[in-house]
Amino acid sequence: MLLIRCPYCAETLPELEFEYSGEAHIARPQNPSDEPDDQWKDYLFIRSNVRGEHAEQWRHTHGCGRYFNALRNTVSDKFITTYPMGETRPDINCAGEEKNEQLAR
Amino acid sequence: MSRFSALSLLRGAISGHKNVEPQWPNSELKSEYDVVIIGAGGHGLGAAYYLAKEHGVTNTAVIDKGWLGGGNTGRNTTIIRSNYLYDESARLYDHAVDLWDGLSQELNYNVMFSQRGVMMLAHNVHDVQSFKRHIHSNRLNGVDNVWLSPEQAKAKCPPLNISSTARYPVMGAAFQQRAGTARHDAVAWGYARAAAARGVDIVQNCPVVRISRGADGAVNGVETARGFVKAKKVAVSAAGGTSVIMDTAGVRLPLESYPLQALVSEPVKPVCPGVVMSNTVHAYISQSDKGELVIGSGTDQYVSYSQRGGLPLIEHTLAAICEVFPSFRRMRMLRKWGGVVDVTPDRSPILGKTPVGGLYLNCGWGTGGFKATPGSAHVFAHTIAKDEPHPINAPFTLSRFETGRLIDEAAAAAVAH
Amino acid sequence: MNNWRVKGKGRINTNKTVSFTFDGTAYKGYEGDTVASALLANGVHLMGRSFKYHRPRGPVTAGSEEPNALIGTSRAGQGQFEPNTKATTQEIYQGLITTSQNKWPSLNFDIGEINDRLYRLFAAGFYYKTFMWPKSFWDKLYEPVIRATAGLGKAPSHDDPDTYASRYLHTDLLIVGAGPAGLAAALTAMKSGADVVLVDENPELGGSLLFENATTLNDQACDEWLAKAVAELAAAPNVRVLTRATAIGYYHENMVGVAEKLTDHLTRVPDGAPRERMWRIRAKEVILAQGAIERPLVFGNNDRPGVLMASAAQTYLNRFGVKVGDCAAVVTTHDSAWFAAFDLADAGVKIPVIVDLRQDASQDLQRGAAERGIAVRLGHTVATVKGRKRASGITICEVNAGSQSDAVSSIACDTVLMSGGWTPSLHLFSHTKGSLIWDEENEVFLPGEKTERCHIAGAGRGLWGQQQAFDDGKHAALEALSALGQSATPNAVNVRGDRTGTGVVMEELPGAGGGSAPRAFVDFQNDVCAKDIRLAVREGMRSIEHVKRFTTTGMATDQGKLSNMNGLKIAAKQLECPVPAVGLTTFRPPYTPTTFGSFAGYHKGELFEVTRKTNIDSWAEENAAVFESVSLWRRARYFPKVGEDMDAAVLRECRQTRASVGMFDASTLGKIEVVGPDAAEFMNRIYTNPWSKLAPGRCRYGLMLGEDGFIRDDGVIGRISQDRFHVTTTTGGAARVLTMMEHFLQTEWPELDVWLTSTTEQWSTIALNGPNARKVLEPFVTDADLSAEAFPHMALKECLVAGFEARVFRVSFTGELGFEVNVPAEHGRALWELLHEEGQKHGLCVYGTEAMHVMRAEKGYIIVGQETDGTVTPADAGLTWAIGKKKPDFVGKRSLSRPDMLQADRKQLIGLLTEDPNTVLEEGAQIVEVGDTAIPAKMLGHVTSSYWSSALNRSIALALVEGGHHRDGGAVDIPMPGKTHRANVTGTVFYDPEGERLNM
Repeated sequence: MLLIRCPYCAETLPELEFEYSGEAHIARPQNPSDEPDDQWKDYLFIRSNVRGEHAEQWRHTHGCGRYFNALRNTVSDKFITTYPMGETRPDINCAGEEKNEQLAR
Repeated sequence: MSRFSALSLLRGAISGHKNVEPQWPNSELKSEYDVVIIGAGGHGLGAAYYLAKEHGVTNTAVIDKGWLGGGNTGRNTTIIRSNYLYDESARLYDHAVDLWDGLSQELNYNVMFSQRGVMMLAHNVHDVQSFKRHIHSNRLNGVDNVWLSPEQAKAKCPPLNISSTARYPVMGAAFQQRAGTARHDAVAWGYARAAAARGVDIVQNCPVVRISRGADGAVNGVETARGFVKAKKVAVSAAGGTSVIMDTAGVRLPLESYPLQALVSEPVKPVCPGVVMSNTVHAYISQSDKGELVIGSGTDQYVSYSQRGGLPLIEHTLAAICEVFPSFRRMRMLRKWGGVVDVTPDRSPILGKTPVGGLYLNCGWGTGGFKATPGSAHVFAHTIAKDEPHPINAPFTLSRFETGRLIDEAAAAAVAH
Repeated sequence: MNNWRVKGKGRINTNKTVSFTFDGTAYKGYEGDTVASALLANGVHLMGRSFKYHRPRGPVTAGSEEPNALIGTSRAGQGQFEPNTKATTQEIYQGLITTSQNKWPSLNFDIGEINDRLYRLFAAGFYYKTFMWPKSFWDKLYEPVIRATAGLGKAPSHDDPDTYASRYLHTDLLIVGAGPAGLAAALTAMKSGADVVLVDENPELGGSLLFENATTLNDQACDEWLAKAVAELAAAPNVRVLTRATAIGYYHENMVGVAEKLTDHLTRVPDGAPRERMWRIRAKEVILAQGAIERPLVFGNNDRPGVLMASAAQTYLNRFGVKVGDCAAVVTTHDSAWFAAFDLADAGVKIPVIVDLRQDASQDLQRGAAERGIAVRLGHTVATVKGRKRASGITICEVNAGSQSDAVSSIACDTVLMSGGWTPSLHLFSHTKGSLIWDEENEVFLPGEKTERCHIAGAGRGLWGQQQAFDDGKHAALEALSALGQSATPNAVNVRGDRTGTGVVMEELPGAGGGSAPRAFVDFQNDVCAKDIRLAVREGMRSIEHVKRFTTTGMATDQGKLSNMNGLKIAAKQLECPVPAVGLTTFRPPYTPTTFGSFAGYHKGELFEVTRKTNIDSWAEENAAVFESVSLWRRARYFPKVGEDMDAAVLRECRQTRASVGMFDASTLGKIEVVGPDAAEFMNRIYTNPWSKLAPGRCRYGLMLGEDGFIRDDGVIGRISQDRFHVTTTTGGAARVLTMMEHFLQTEWPELDVWLTSTTEQWSTIALNGPNARKVLEPFVTDADLSAEAFPHMALKECLVAGFEARVFRVSFTGELGFEVNVPAEHGRALWELLHEEGQKHGLCVYGTEAMHVMRAEKGYIIVGQETDGTVTPADAGLTWAIGKKKPDFVGKRSLSRPDMLQADRKQLIGLLTEDPNTVLEEGAQIVEVGDTAIPAKMLGHVTSSYWSSALNRSIALALVEGGHHRDGGAVDIPMPGKTHRANVTGTVFYDPEGERLNM
C-alpha cells in the first residue's frame, strides 16, 4: 500500500484514503464542439502510459476530498512529488530530492 | 524435430532420455527478417507459428526482452471461455475455443486444455438479468452457455456456499461447459517448439529499443539491444509494454497498464472441479491439475509496471473467496505474483493494422488475453500476412476509439441501478 | 515412551506430558514439542509421502522450510481440520489429532508408490509429451486420473468456525527475526527512544541460539544469556515482541504483513479468541535478520526417512531433547555439520563417520572428531543411502578428481546428517524488488541495491557465526536509529566458543550421477531429481524460470527454500555458464503459506461488506418484506401477504397503487446538494438538460452522460432556490455521480463557485403514488397548499409534514399522481408509520422495488443500468427531448456527433407487445428479424424489461433493437429454446400515454 502526501492536508497518508483518477494535465478542450474527431479521441482516450515518471491525478477522497496532481515513478511506484491542482508539472530534477525528504517525514 | 508420443516417451525412459533435443534452439539474431514480432508470449509465438504454417512466412523472428512466456502468458490464471455478450467478442473468443480444442494435437504438445466448464455466479437481480442476456445471446451465436439454479451450481462445485442468508447469496449461475483452463507455460512452449520447427527464430533476452520507420513512413526494422534488424513488417504483441514500444514508432495508444495480482494455494486433492467466477464479489477460482487453487485478484487502481501489487487487494480477494467457499478459510496461500495488464477504454483488445505501414498491433487484452491466445494469434497472423484484417478481428480496430464504435463488454455488466 | 529422549537436553517442559494422535495412534510428548519432535522422540521418522512418487518421507528440517513432514491437523469437532501443516512447526497440545497425507490405503503401505518404480516414465515434463491420444481421453481419463493422484492433503470440508483478526501497527523500527542478529538489534534499539517491534516465527525468541547453544555469551551460558535478554526485551516499554508471528510479505513503503498464530498451540481456546491475526506493520525502518537456511546435499536416496539436515538434528537435540537416531553418519561440505556431529556424539549418539567432500578440514575439527572417536573421511562422497522407510546405511567412496572411484564401502547407520552450507534468507528483501548480487567467492546471493528503508543483518549478509551476527545486528540497529534521528549506547555481546565455519558449495555430489544410480533429490516434495534438472536444460530450458516451471523444482510448499540454490547450481553446470546468468527465481510472498482466513480477517458474513439500510428498513423487515440487494443497499422487493408468491404480491401492489394509493421507500436514491452562485451553470455543464430557466420551486428530469456520450445516470432534480439544487441519482450511481461532478468541478472548472454535498443519508424519502396520494398526505401538511393548481406536477415545496421539516416533490415514477416526501433521515420511519395509518382509510398498500419496476415500465420510464448498459446514447433511449438544444456544451455533447453515434442502425429503445398477450418475455432474451432462424443469428437487440402488466391485463416489454425507432408497427421474433415468440413493435409508453393521471 502506497503512502501519498496530500498537498492540501500536508500529511503523508495511506493509499486507502485516496482514489487514483488517471493521467494529469490532459485539459478538456475549451470548445469541444470545435474539436475534430481525432483530437477529441486524443482527449478522451489517448494516454501516455509511461514507464517512468508519470503525472497523474489523485483525490484525497477519505480526507479533504480534493484532487491534486502527482509525479510518480511507474516502475518503482515511488512518488516523486505531489502538487495542487492547477500548478504546472514541476521540473523534477530540482524538486525531486527535496520533496522526497518531505515524503519521508 | 522428433514427434512426442507415448512410444517416444517410453523409448526415452528406457534409454535414460539420452536422445533428448532442445525444444527450440537458442537462436542468434539475424540481420534481416520478413517479419519481426515483438513479444514472445503465447500471442506472439502463436502468430509466428500460424504465419509459417498457414501463410508460408517463415523468415520470422520473435524477440523478447526476457525469457519466452515470461510475461502475462506465464502469470495468468489460465481461464478460457467464450461466453461474451457482443457478437464481435463472442466470435473472437469462440474462434479461440475452437482452436484450443485440438491444439495439443496440432502442436504435438499437451497444453492440457481441459473443458471442465466455467460457472459465473449471479448474486442479485441485475446479475441475473445480465447473465440471462449473455446466455440468450450466446445461444443464438452458437456459443454454449446455460443457466443453473443455485442447487445445480452447487452440484457442479460442492464447496460453493448457496445459503440464502449469505451477504451475497447465489441466485443462479451461467455455465459454459466448453470453457475451462489450460497449462499456460505449455502454450508458450508448444507454440515456440512448433514455430521453431518451421524455421522461426526465437530470440530471448533481447530488448527491442525502438521501432524504426523509413522515409516513406513505413516500418523498416527494429533497433534491439543486439543491434539493428531490418524487417519488412513489425508486429507488436507486447502486452503491458505496448505503449512504450509503440511510442517509438510515433503511435500513441488508448492504453493504460495496471498491476494485476494472482495467487495459488497449497495443493490439495480435487475439491473444485471447474472454474467459478463471481464478478459481483470479485472472486475467481479454479483448481490446477497439480491441486493448487488458482485465484485471480483485481488490478490496483494506479498505472504501474512494478509487478508488485499491494496487500489490501489480496485481503479483499481472499475475503471474497471465503465468502463464496467458507470451507476454504483454512486453506493457505502459497504464493502470490503480479503481472502488468494493458487495458483499453472499452476493455476489448486492439487487434489489427496501425496508421503506420507494415506495423501491426495486438494489445489491450486487459485480464482476458490468455483465453484468446490461439484465436488471436491465428487472425493476427492473417492480418500480418495479408495486410488486412481477418473478418473476425476486423471490428477490433484502433480507429473505433475515434468513431465511437466501441465493443464495451464491461459496460454491459457494470452499471447498477 | 520417548526412548529417543535425551535427559538434561532441550527446552521442553518434561514436567508436562501432552498426548496427541498420529494416524489414529496415541503418542505422548512434552509441552514445547512439535509434532515432529514428539514423533521422533517415539522413534517415528516416516511422516508422509512425496507428491509424485509417493516415496516414504520423514522430516528433513526442524523448521518452517520443511518440505516432507506435512500432515493434516484438527481438533475434535467440526471444521477445524487443515491440510499440509508442517509437523516441524505445529506445536502439540492435548487432544491434537494429526494424520498423514497423500497415501492409500496407509502411510506404511501406499499403493501410489508404484509410481516410484515407474519413475523413468515420469521424467520432468513428461505430461507435455503424452496423454494426447486419442484426443477424447484427456477429459475423460487422463486428466481425472492425474487430478486424483495430484494434490497433497485433503481440502477442509466444513465451514471454519474460527475467527481471524487484523490490526494496523505503526512503529519506528521493525526487526524481523530474533536470532542473534535480531536480538542484538532489538537490545540496542531498546536503549533508544525509538518504538520497536520484534517479530519471530517461532514460539520463543533465540533463532539459532536455540540449537547452537554451546557458546558462552558475556561469560554466561548461552541459554542463560538468552533468558535474560528475552526478559529485558519483555520488560522494555518501547519494545513489542510478537512470537509465532511470521513476516510474510514486504510491501510498498515499508509495510510488512505479519501473520501471528494465536491459538493453534492451545489445548483450550478461550471463547471468541481469534485463531490468527494479520498485522500490517508500517515501520519507518526495517531490519531483516532472517538468518540463513541450511542447504541439503544432492546424492542418491538423499530423501530417505532418517536423512536430515545436520542443523535439524542439532535442533531436535538441543531444543527438544530428542536424538534423531542411535547411529548417525554425517556427510557435509561445511564445517557446521561437524559441530552438529560433536553435539550428538556428546549426547550419546554414535557417529560412525564424518564424510567431508573437501580434501581438508581444520585441525580443530579433526581433533574434535578424534577426541570423540569419530572416523573422518576427507575427500569422500556419499553414493547412496540404503534403506527405504528408514535409512539403514550409506555407501561412500573417494572423490577422485570429482569422479567416482571404484572403492565403495558401506557404513551402517540409522540416520544421515547432511549439510551443504547455508543460504542467506533474503525472501522479504526480494519482495521489495531489491537487487541480489552474486558473491562469487562464497557462492551465495547477497543483498544489493535497496528500494525500501531496510537493513539486512547477520547471516542474511553472508556473515556466519554468533559474534558476527551479534555485531552486525547492533550495527544495523545503530544505522536504523541514525536514520530515525535517534541513538543508543549498545552493549557488546562477547561470544566465547563461537563455531564459525566455512564450506564449499556443491552441485550434485560426485558419485550420484550415473544413469542407473539411485535418484538424487533436489526438490523433495515435488520429487525433482538432479537428472530432471539436467534433462530440462537439455530440452532447451535455459532460464531458471523455465527450468523451474518445466520440472516444478522450487514450486512445492516450501517454495524452494531448500531446493533453489541446488537447482540453480545444477542447471548452471549443465548450461556451462555462471550462476547469475541462469538467474534466480523471484521470491514471492508469503514467506510461508498463510491461511486465507488470516488475510480475510474480519471481512466475513455481515462484515464482508456493509449492508446499507434506510431508516424505514426495519419496518419493512417487521412487515415480512422480501429484500433484494442493490449495490450496497438492501431494498424491499415486495411485501407478500400470507400465501402470496412474488407475482401475486406484485400484482396486488400495482393494482392497489393505481386504484387508490401505494407507498414506497425511495430513500436509497442518491441525493446531492449543489449549491452556489454558479450552481445553475454547473448543472448546465454536467447534465444534458437546460437549467438556467428552471424556476425555484420546480423540478426537472435530469440526464447525465459520460464524456463518451453514453448515458451514465438520471434522476429528478429540484431547484430549491436560485443557487441551490436538490439532485437525485440512481441508487447505485450516487457515489459515481458525485465523484464525476467533483472531478469536473475541481479539475476543469475551478472558476465555478459551487459546493457539492452528498445528502443521500440525510434524507428519508417516501413516495406516495396513486389517485388518493394527496388525500393521504394532505392531513399532515398545514403550511402549504397541495392542490393540483397550487402544486402542479414537477413542482416542489419546502414545508412541514407531520411537523418534520420536509422537501416535498410532486413527481411520479409510476404515472400516477405522486409525491416524494423528503424528511430528515431519522424521522423516516415515524412519518412512514403516520402515513401508513392514515392511508388505511384509503386502502393504501406498501409496495417494493418490483412493483415500482412494473409501473414505471408501463409508463416507459427507463432505469439506467437496465434499459441502458453504458453503450446507449440519449437518442438511442428516446431521450433527445432531455437535451438542451441551445447549450453550447455539456459533458458528453461532443461525443454524440462522432460518426458511429449517428448511425441509423444503432440499437434504440422500443416497446414490445407479444402476439400472445399471456407470454411474458424473459429479460435478456435476444431479438431477431421475423422468420430468421439462422445460427449464428443476426441479433437485433435484446429485451431490457419485461413484466405482466395488471393495468393492461397483458404482458409488456421494453427492448433495445437495431434501428428500432423505424420499426414502429413492425414485428420481431424472440427465439427461445423450444419456442419462438413474435412481438409487435410499439412506442415505449403503454399506459396513460397522455399523462392525464399525473395531473390529477
